[in-house]
Amino acid sequence: MFIKGLTMTTDSSFARTLFLATIPLALFSLALSGCEKSPTTGQIAAGELAVRIGASAPLTGPQAHLGKDNENGTRMAIEDANTKGIVIGGRKVHFELISEDDQADPKTATIVAQKLVDNKVSGVIGHMNSGTSIPASKIYNDSSIVQISPSATAVNYTAQGFKTTFRVMANDAQQGRVLGEYAAKNLAAKNIAVIDDRTAYGQGLADEFIKAAKANGAQIVAHEYTNDKAMDFTAVLTVVKGKKPDLLFYGGMVPQAAPMAKQLKALALNLKFMTGDGGFTPEFITLAGDAAEGVYATLPGVTLDKMPGGKEFEKRFVAKYGAIQLYAPYCYDAVNIMIAAMQKAGSVEPTKYLPVLAGISYEGVTAKIQFDEKGDLKGGAITMYQVKGGKWQPLETLGAIAPAAH
Amino acid sequence: MRSDKKSRILFAVLAIALLLLPFITDTLFGRGWVRIVDFAMLYIMLALGLNIVVGYAGLLDLGYIAFFAVGAYCYALTGSPHLALAFPLVFPDGVHLSFWIVLPLAALLAGGFGVLLGAPTLRLRGDYLAIVTLGFGEIIRIFLNNLNAPVNLTNGPQGISRIDAVNVAGAPLSVTQNILGISFPPVHLYFYLFLTFTALVIFVSHRLEKSRIGRAWMAIREDEIAASAMGINTRDLKLLAFAMGAMFGGASGALFAGFQGFVSPESFSLMESIMVLCMVVLGGMGNIIGVILGGVLLAVLPEVLRHSVVPMQQAMFGKIVVDPESLRMLLFGTALIVMMLYRPAGLLPSRVRRRELGSDEVAEKA
Amino acid sequence: MEILLQQIINGLVQGSVYALVALGYTMVYGILGLINFAHGEVVMIGAMLALSSLTTLLGMGIPPVLALLLSIVLAMLGCMALGYSIERIAYRPLRHAPRLAPLITAIGVSIVLQNLAMMIWGREYHSFPQLIASHPHTFGGAIINDIQAIIFILALAIMAGLMVVVHRTRLGRAMRAVAENQHAAQLMGVDINRVISITFMLGSALAAIAGLMVSANYGLAHYYMGFLLGLKAFTAAVLGGIGNLRGAMLGGLLLGLIESLGAGYIGDFTGGFLGSNYQDVFAFFVLIAVLVFRPSGLLGERLAERA
Repeated sequence: MFIKGLTMTTDSSFARTLFLATIPLALFSLALSGCEKSPTTGQIAAGELAVRIGASAPLTGPQAHLGKDNENGTRMAIEDANTKGIVIGGRKVHFELISEDDQADPKTATIVAQKLVDNKVSGVIGHMNSGTSIPASKIYNDSSIVQISPSATAVNYTAQGFKTTFRVMANDAQQGRVLGEYAAKNLAAKNIAVIDDRTAYGQGLADEFIKAAKANGAQIVAHEYTNDKAMDFTAVLTVVKGKKPDLLFYGGMVPQAAPMAKQLKALALNLKFMTGDGGFTPEFITLAGDAAEGVYATLPGVTLDKMPGGKEFEKRFVAKYGAIQLYAPYCYDAVNIMIAAMQKAGSVEPTKYLPVLAGISYEGVTAKIQFDEKGDLKGGAITMYQVKGGKWQPLETLGAIAPAAH
Repeated sequence: MRSDKKSRILFAVLAIALLLLPFITDTLFGRGWVRIVDFAMLYIMLALGLNIVVGYAGLLDLGYIAFFAVGAYCYALTGSPHLALAFPLVFPDGVHLSFWIVLPLAALLAGGFGVLLGAPTLRLRGDYLAIVTLGFGEIIRIFLNNLNAPVNLTNGPQGISRIDAVNVAGAPLSVTQNILGISFPPVHLYFYLFLTFTALVIFVSHRLEKSRIGRAWMAIREDEIAASAMGINTRDLKLLAFAMGAMFGGASGALFAGFQGFVSPESFSLMESIMVLCMVVLGGMGNIIGVILGGVLLAVLPEVLRHSVVPMQQAMFGKIVVDPESLRMLLFGTALIVMMLYRPAGLLPSRVRRRELGSDEVAEKA
Repeated sequence: MEILLQQIINGLVQGSVYALVALGYTMVYGILGLINFAHGEVVMIGAMLALSSLTTLLGMGIPPVLALLLSIVLAMLGCMALGYSIERIAYRPLRHAPRLAPLITAIGVSIVLQNLAMMIWGREYHSFPQLIASHPHTFGGAIINDIQAIIFILALAIMAGLMVVVHRTRLGRAMRAVAENQHAAQLMGVDINRVISITFMLGSALAAIAGLMVSANYGLAHYYMGFLLGLKAFTAAVLGGIGNLRGAMLGGLLLGLIESLGAGYIGDFTGGFLGSNYQDVFAFFVLIAVLVFRPSGLLGERLAERA
């Protein structure tokens, strides 16, 4: 009955409008050609080899402050390399940063990845989030471009079977394991409650935490959930209270962790509160106020003052860009390890330096970095911190490869 | 006869221009822009689907992206190793059905969801319907985000990766193909795939608009009571609009999953629904060409802003004062208001729609 | 038992917040039959304005209690001006347009306000200073603090106040007349534009108070805080019967209870199949169920289909 309505007539006016509609589009795309920036070559001395390094993070949107931090870390490493005057395969090299904004959006990330490939980058530092790193990794892999993520933690990112994916950050499994072990062993927590924010990061970390805590003899008495826009946690915290745990672990970021710490106090829940690197920012202490005291959080890597060059990096970074937000040191390491591999291989071709990178051992500012066969960190040092006197204080570093003797 | 011939020439010119578009874009702006054009076409398909619901039948749907999500997950589940990992006993090797089998299934499933949502809610007034559909969209997203336990159906917030590429005649679109000595990289191949589907969607939309069903929808949109008095089965036709719109959404979702190779619930947020609605409203509700224009504008605008606003501000203030993402949203919001106030029928209004939306002032004076 | 009591208190506090915001929705809907989608954003702007004026006033050395009162007034004034302009710019010209049109402008207004707020106040979470020491009180093992008690009492008081305005004053009579029949009201000498403007301003002033209370309670303010809150509050208004002041209060409290008890006990009821991860789903399910089975809400009278 419905098909009868679909009569076949050629509608010439339809065709004309369709055609007319393309004219503004054509003009529009012409206008675009003016906007498209061509990567500036910078001041390259004669005989110097220009090498492009791509970087991608959310430079706009709710996570822009973290993304900027990443960009700054990457930029500083590249400027350092240019001042040093790196020679690769007998030629002096000038590095050039091509930084793109992925808006923390999986779709935009693939567009950005394609653009970086278009620009013939030798390697990519990024992306910041797991949700963007994973879809982008496919495009880099198809074009055989090395990708080192400074901060994507999802296990999935390196588990896709791509040779080109690396990261200089402990993954959720590594960090969750340390957190779970620490909670069950060092803090002797017997009954543990877990809340996660149902994001890829929070859920991934919480699940690994649970596995590790259980393996170390603790009991998970409650697993509750919230979301990354919530402000009220009283209902789930009351459930937690009813189960009488001695430790609460939260998988998520600061905007929820801070009010959660406050509401814990308001509901008179006296327990140890622990979160992962998502809670480890100075902002946590400002937002949670007094409730921040005694809270535990981890940060992958060794404390900066324990690593050679770490303190100096921090001093120079703070002088140039202000306080470190979170992942800038990892970006700095990611660039340097990429350059080190290029030097060792004597080539900036991704296919040439990739095997060298896979087997490299590099002393960074965050840790001593070696990759396993998937591109994950070997060992994966993680440092436990606690808020004491309104400041994050390092407690101890776990799971590290011992730094080489000097 | 003459105009018929002229229109054929126009069509031919248009077709050739479109066929060459990826190569032109590639050489002029780079391959990243071909990908942007690909996404723009996905959005156009979505917008045309929503246009059936909002533009033709006049039902405001704020949860349309849910159907896109259903289609995307449909292909993601059947085309990735996820089911094999989650249920090794039931699916030892995964499903890995051909895309061409999953595509109609995805469309049908999405259409089924459309009916499921529509059946109990379509008798609601317009603004209530909007809120209910919004709630429905969020419910679908929350379920996709949480159905990794107790059984791991959707892999939760981690999303599903390693989704098979679309195969055409046995050749995967994810690798560069050489046809007649010309090499077609994956983004180009997907361009032609999407172009075919967009053309199909335009064709179906156009035929629907001119059909009895289309006229009945517009009658309902303009005056439901009068329409039902004229013997139109308003309930069935509204359901049909919902189902058709949902099917378009589901099919584009499956295409999206194949193209992207990765889906996660964060791609199906409420903002996406509103964005697709903006495309329909901006271009002109009920007008195919307007909707296409709206889709292109809104899909390409963020890129243009990114490349013009950032350098401009850097030149003027030395830093970024207003970031392009907020500026884009601000522009969209303002556009919605301004359009409704001054050009309620859109940039390129349909003739019927213009008459209808412009008539109120006259009625008021009378 | 004390856990159940605590969940009920949590629900009532959260519900009072919903009720405060729902009152604004219901007033506008009662008179114009329009869902003011942007109402949640007005709540957010109220919180932000209060926060900004509070920090400025405290910085000038004004004593905390005075500064708090002043900033409430400033936030209310700011929101009233905002509410007036929203109605004037985005809704009034469309009063006789098809229903779809004002709904779409409302979405537009909501997007614009959110992004303006983001440009002005930034994307970060702002901590809201705690000015009055909020003492905890214990009832049978459950805890409620001062701010939470104030929120609950305030919501009740405001509802009562609005009832008085609507049913006992001249303005209220005009409002009811406009709600009943705009043309007839106009013929009887009611200045409808003025009545509608005042309604919007009243609703926006309430939104400012709600915003301040939410921020004070959680110690946070953020550009995105209004959207979901607005949606939930709208659900509450529909649940109670939109257009009905008592309904908004009842709906708000009920929704708060449904959410907290749902999050607290659904895991036990469904054997762990559903959990607190579906907390936001409850609100939407309630909304759909109410609209499908009892579109007039719990306390609303049956309305005929308005074209």
